[in-house]
Amino acid sequence: MPEMAGLDEGAPLFVQIADRLAGEIADGGLAEGARVPSTNELAAFYRINPATAAKGINVLADDGLLEKRRGIGMFVATGARQRLLARRRAEFTRRHVEPLLTEAIRLGIDTDELFTLIRKAGTEREGVSR
Amino acid sequence: MTPAISVTGLTRRYRDHTALQDVNLAITGGTIAGLLGRNGAGKTTLLRILAGQEFPSSGSVRVLGAPPAENEDVLRHLVFVREDQVYPEIKVGQALRAASWFYPNWNAALASSLQDDFGLRADKAVKKLSRGQRSALGITIGLAARAEVTLFDEPYAGLDAVARQVFYDRLLADFAQFPRTVLLSTHLIDEAAALFDGVVVIDRGRVVLDAAADDLRGVATRVSGPCLAVDALAEGRPVWERRGLGSQASVVMVGRLSPEDRERARSSGLDLTPLSLQQIVVRAAAGVVAPAPEAGFETERTSA
Repeated sequence: MPEMAGLDEGAPLFVQIADRLAGEIADGGLAEGARVPSTNELAAFYRINPATAAKGINVLADDGLLEKRRGIGMFVATGARQRLLARRRAEFTRRHVEPLLTEAIRLGIDTDELFTLIRKAGTEREGVSR
Repeated sequence: MTPAISVTGLTRRYRDHTALQDVNLAITGGTIAGLLGRNGAGKTTLLRILAGQEFPSSGSVRVLGAPPAENEDVLRHLVFVREDQVYPEIKVGQALRAASWFYPNWNAALASSLQDDFGLRADKAVKKLSRGQRSALGITIGLAARAEVTLFDEPYAGLDAVARQVFYDRLLADFAQFPRTVLLSTHLIDEAAALFDGVVVIDRGRVVLDAAADDLRGVATRVSGPCLAVDALAEGRPVWERRGLGSQASVVMVGRLSPEDRERARSSGLDLTPLSLQQIVVRAAAGVVAPAPEAGFETERTSA
């Protein structure tokens, strides 16, 4: 599918819209209290049906991450970023640690060696950012 | 909410064949629907009947609450852009002016900006336009009419990919400002897929799939990799297609994948590719997709 600004066919578009907005809130790109793009702005940017974009926004609103201010639009709710980060931390093991272990086992890397690799990569990264 | 278009038990017979057979359909007002299917499936016949240009042999057709044929009240609020619209011996400017008299919601500013987008000169004779420019004229009229019911039948013969994107963008932008009911027949499904609320697939005169477009995304996945792993993941699920080559296999598996499924696939070295709407529609038209609950389809529209 062409030109959907990064969306794909793997999941309902409204889910992908909700995920992307949540990601922006978690990363701080959309600060708490900031206005969220409108349905029509999202529809034009992603080149999708406005109703689909609206459904994505509603997922976050129903979750309390966005709040409606009548006549103005949707805004990022207070505490939204903390809640999303807490959820991400809870998912960290499943999403990152378990796949990492799986691949390590496949490659014959044992846990001790994995620790060493992680520590080494961490040290290098700190060295770069210093 | 009453549907803007509703069709019940519609059959259209010609002398030697049946173009539409017991078609049932409801399109919610203010939505964009895709009318999909192979050439000769009956899409144009259905659109012509909706536009009042043809009569049903039996069954009922309601557009904006009334039968459209010979019904001025309905037809003024309906625009039908055909694949190969024939125009009389007039110039582009005259064609647009005639349309502006007929359609009560006509927007001249929109028409002229579309004319600019497509490079349509008002003083050019319609007969002298290229195929693509004639399509552009149809699209300009179809959008600027801002008709409550807007029917497009493969409106872009001869238009290149850039011009088609202009059409999609302008349709979305104007639809956002002035919501209306749009039914677009196309075989360029992947290109237009993101525009649709609902999709209706017709094959050999029958509706074979009627679903919310977003419900179809991620509903089927191609799984490729080592035979044993592929079969283990697909076990107990409906499969549309299976191909094998030596120790490798590739199946199309129906049903949404959970994060656990994905993790399992990754750990056993399987490659996952979601089927596009186009690929799903192709299978629907071939009769492979039964919109059964176990297939993971939600055939009900999300808004009614």
